[in-house]
Amino acid sequence: MSAVVTRDLSVFFGERRVVHGLSVIVAAGEWLAVVGPNGAGKTSLLRAVAGTVRYRGSVRVDGVEVTAMTPRRAAAAIAVVPQHRVLPEDMTVFDYTLLGRIPHTGYFGVEGPSDVAAARRALDRLDASDLERRRLGTLSGGESQRVVLARALAQEAGVLLLDEPTTSLDIGHAQRVLDLVDEVRLERGMAVISAIHDLTFAAQYADRLLLLDAGSVVAHGTADEVLTEEAIAHFSGARVHLLRGPGGEPVIVPRR
Amino acid sequence: MTARRIPRPALVTAVVLAVGAALLGVLIGPAALRPDRVIAELLDRLPWVSIESGLSERQTAILFELRLPRVVLGLLVGAVLSVSGGAYQGVFRNPLADPYLLGVAAGAGLGATLVIVTVGSSSALVGVAAFLGALAAVAVAYGLGAAAGGRRTGSTLILAGVAVAAFLTAAQTFVQQRNTDIIREVYSWILGRLGTVGWREVALMAPYAAISITVVLLHRRLLDVLAVGEEEARTLGVRPERVRLIVVLAATLGTAGAVAVSGLIGFVGIIVPHTVRLLVGGSHRVILPLSVLGGGAFLVVADMFARTVLSPAEVPIGVITAFVGGPFFVLVLRNSQRTGAP
Repeated sequence: MSAVVTRDLSVFFGERRVVHGLSVIVAAGEWLAVVGPNGAGKTSLLRAVAGTVRYRGSVRVDGVEVTAMTPRRAAAAIAVVPQHRVLPEDMTVFDYTLLGRIPHTGYFGVEGPSDVAAARRALDRLDASDLERRRLGTLSGGESQRVVLARALAQEAGVLLLDEPTTSLDIGHAQRVLDLVDEVRLERGMAVISAIHDLTFAAQYADRLLLLDAGSVVAHGTADEVLTEEAIAHFSGARVHLLRGPGGEPVIVPRR
Repeated sequence: MTARRIPRPALVTAVVLAVGAALLGVLIGPAALRPDRVIAELLDRLPWVSIESGLSERQTAILFELRLPRVVLGLLVGAVLSVSGGAYQGVFRNPLADPYLLGVAAGAGLGATLVIVTVGSSSALVGVAAFLGALAAVAVAYGLGAAAGGRRTGSTLILAGVAVAAFLTAAQTFVQQRNTDIIREVYSWILGRLGTVGWREVALMAPYAAISITVVLLHRRLLDVLAVGEEEARTLGVRPERVRLIVVLAATLGTAGAVAVSGLIGFVGIIVPHTVRLLVGGSHRVILPLSVLGGGAFLVVADMFARTVLSPAEVPIGVITAFVGGPFFVLVLRNSQRTGAP
């Protein structure tokens, strides 16, 4: 079953079209990495799928147009880890994670035991149970990213959108976060769409890559198909070596 | 551990504070009433309880017609001002937001001044005009903010409020300058008082307090969602502009009611919610309910000082809230930084 299907999707930022007629299908359990230079339209694509910006064309999640869903229903189906998130520093990790249950409770509702259990499961799954009582202001970068991810997992949505999940993380923490995302999407059969700058990570973790430039698709396919010298030249004149790892996987190294 | 509930010790403390403050409020005053008799008389009024208190008729009248309504009004006004302050701080994600933001104080001030000039300060219309002025100011600020900021973001609303407040304050100053004889009366109104209070003011205030407190408390969870920012709130299925509108309306309605019966009592809406935040943490689920209790207790105690410090004269309660509240708040702030708590 296809979790996310976009057809001829265009997104506008004021008068400017930032995504041009994009059609892509992401199946349940599949990971699509959206790559491309800054301003390529990666975040706009994610926002359209989340239903938080207006678009032309169609975005269907589990067969339903996202703009036809109520905000609450859309949030129960699609979890988002934004790039620029606000972490209120005196909120506890547990309270923050519990926010993921908002789409599952009524307007004036209060979380029940099942919601508390879902929040605990999410924290536990991300090895963040020991952070439960900590305040968000006291967390390190790696801890914060796991907690934001826990909040998204607590939503128990079928689709997970990640906007640059590894920005500001060192390589070890970045790997840990991506490993966790990978495990969880396989366990739960979540469709994952992530905007990601690091092409090597994209190649290692995602099933398919979608290379955007100025809102249009430059290449779409497996890492081998997408990551060619020519395609990477789209990265605002980036100079790179395209190497091969021991398993033949593409490794992108910058050169001076 | 269920982090979403109010910690029991904090809740018990707040209830004890509120009840204790209310008791002190009815016990202390210029006419010496014996505490045991006052308590007996209060118990006597409960259903199915009959105790002979030994209070004279005059003393009973002091208790029920002077002290009790004043204490009840103090609880209501204090609760509304603090919970509104907490709500405004949450809605605008601004620690300095207070119930008088968005021009409430300036609108009320102009309304009251106009009536004092034309009819006189003893008129019951002063409260009505203050109420209407407060609501009108917020309506204009909201309209301006909406027109300027498309999506009605928090900062455009605050800026609109600043503009409206400046305009109305200038208008009020102008009216005052043209009528220098009433400056004193306007001034005493602006400093706030629970002075000329009977059950009539309590009856006036109660519905606004009930609506305002209930609506704000029902939104306490959603205010936590707003705390993580507009975009994330949307991805969690919440419409930030709708929550903001409802909460601002509720808090403003309560504040306008409070202003109408007691004038402008400053500082309560800032120090009470912040004290709660510093002591027990940052979730609105905890801050707002505890602010209701803490605010009521704080204002009743402040009023007790206002009545007794220069007895038989009264100090304006706004002076007491700032005078006592300021240093107290600094103490809490310092302590929390030292212990590294929130």
